[in-house]
Amino acid sequence: MNYQLILPEILLALCASFLLGIGVSKKGNRAPVIRNVAIALLVIYALVGPVLGGRSGPAANGMLMIDAYAHYLKFFLGLSGAAALLLSKSYLKTEKLDHFEFSVLLLYAVLGMGVMVSANNMLALYIGIELQSLALYVMAAFNRDSLRASEAGLKYFVLGAISSGLLLYGITLVYGFTGSVDFDGIAAAVASNGYSSGVIAGMVFILCGLAFKISAAPFHMWTPDVYEGSPAPVTAFFASAPKLAAIALMARVIIGPFDGIMDQWQSVIIVLALLSMFVGAVGALMQTNIKRLMAYSSIANMGYALVPLASGGEEGVRGMLIFMTIYIISITGIFACILQMRNRDGVVEQISDLSGLSRTNRGMAFSLTALMFSLMGIPPLLGFFGKLFAFWHAASVGLVWLVVAALIASVIGAFYYLRIVKIMWMDEGGREFIAPPASLAWTSTVSVAMVFLTIIPFIAIPARGWVEQASTSLF
Amino acid sequence: MLVTLTFYLLAAVAVMAAFMVVAARNPVHSVMYLILTFFSAAGLFILMGAEFLALLLIMVYVGAVAVLFLFVVMMLEVDFVEIKQGFLQYAPFGLVMAFILFLEMVLVGAAYFFGDSGVPDTDPEVSNLEAIGSVLYTDYALFFEGVGLVLLVAMIGAIVLTHRARDGVRRQDVGRQVARTREAAIKKVDIEPGEGIGP
Repeated sequence: MNYQLILPEILLALCASFLLGIGVSKKGNRAPVIRNVAIALLVIYALVGPVLGGRSGPAANGMLMIDAYAHYLKFFLGLSGAAALLLSKSYLKTEKLDHFEFSVLLLYAVLGMGVMVSANNMLALYIGIELQSLALYVMAAFNRDSLRASEAGLKYFVLGAISSGLLLYGITLVYGFTGSVDFDGIAAAVASNGYSSGVIAGMVFILCGLAFKISAAPFHMWTPDVYEGSPAPVTAFFASAPKLAAIALMARVIIGPFDGIMDQWQSVIIVLALLSMFVGAVGALMQTNIKRLMAYSSIANMGYALVPLASGGEEGVRGMLIFMTIYIISITGIFACILQMRNRDGVVEQISDLSGLSRTNRGMAFSLTALMFSLMGIPPLLGFFGKLFAFWHAASVGLVWLVVAALIASVIGAFYYLRIVKIMWMDEGGREFIAPPASLAWTSTVSVAMVFLTIIPFIAIPARGWVEQASTSLF
Repeated sequence: MLVTLTFYLLAAVAVMAAFMVVAARNPVHSVMYLILTFFSAAGLFILMGAEFLALLLIMVYVGAVAVLFLFVVMMLEVDFVEIKQGFLQYAPFGLVMAFILFLEMVLVGAAYFFGDSGVPDTDPEVSNLEAIGSVLYTDYALFFEGVGLVLLVAMIGAIVLTHRARDGVRRQDVGRQVARTREAAIKKVDIEPGEGIGP
């Protein structure tokens, strides 16, 4: 029994429950205090792995694997959870939704993601996914008096339940045909007896269940409605941490237990990647709501992130990690800008509301432009390197056609990013937004600063070594 | 001898009660017969040595599901007599379903007696409960706690989405009640004739 390595998770669970207890028993609105404590907890959770030297090894009878990969992901999951809480502050207050449960649910969601990225067993995989999903369903419907938010929560819940069903069905098939739920056990069974159609069917079901969670086409149907209906800070969270956790788990599943049948999962991943890229790129063209647009953008970006995974190997995982890290940095900044879209009548979400932003709020227009260019992949911004590392390896192992398809989708996608830029800088009029609270302005500034960071090699090179270490530890 | 007798008794009760579930005119009686069926089935499980399943059946199905049924039936206020009018109309379909179910059971029985069921025999020395408990709370303790957290999150969710804090509700505050003194509660007023009590 080795519980030392998962002490951060255990403590996070205890602290979240403790905060819940305080929130319930204390009179008055304790939400601001609890949110600040939760932000601190998440930052500590993010830092504890790297600071303690990243001790690694199997934990809890080998059911969880705490390695450099898990440490790397937890760092970004924790920080992105903290960023989401920071972003939610002013929104929840003005929308009169400032309940302490929001912070507690987000803590549990991050805990679930922590279990997901270190899963070394199908049970850990499933429990991690359920813990984060249940918390996310509730957060989607958090504005319960809004019809759209309730619809978003319900839709997310029902489709999430279907995906859990697919996942469990796949797990039972794999268990039935290999006799193990342990990743190592499955890998050994697959390697020794060859594989049967049952294992392949099970694996495809598991991948489909995970594809739901990363909203890869053709399992993307819920994404636009849920993104649009949920409160904006919740959407910001949806777009970052859960996607990173789910795709990291997907990488763990295909590299761990199903490493021996790469030719089988490769085709599945390629289909998911191709469909997602084009559904995301084409679907976004006609959108007028910016949250809906970001939903399609996230579908397309998941497609790009699947391209390096499809090429397999250490380099592929590294490409995926770099791409996803850069993606969540950019998306957090973009949502920090979207949350600033508020005029005297309340929150606005139409893209046309951004018109004339360069004259009324030059700083925000500049931030949003830089972030959009980064998502497009224009050098020398960070997003360019994300796509470079993501596609480079895929092209070098012979998936050139997939990379060409990804580039075509990127060009189609560039249209709608450029349209936003054009509306901000060239269109007339539009009402002025009210001055944003400091937390939003700071988050977007930090994100923009990071998008420009690659120009400084002192920061870029050690970070790359860290990613390398993370992706190597998976093998 | 006793085991066989018990088996036939429980089986007979189970079949009779199951029949009464569909035959009873009053839906509340139907649910009661359903509970009786569950109990008899739980007894059969115990005879087979699967005492954990028996306990689960009683705790989950009788304790929660059947009671839920009872509430639903009581609240729905459906005129079941009217529904039963069409009984003959559906009888052939029901008979076909019953026949298929019967065939399936015969097959299962035949496979059990004449073929290798493929299920490994359990150690008779160790009871089900012991076997499950010995791994559930040791090797899988972490996941057990994890599932607990999942349920906790579900509970928080249900409360967040439905609970509304109502203002203006008078709650009993024992501390205040005890602290209340005679002086604070009673005021002596000397009323002049013809003036009444002022505000």
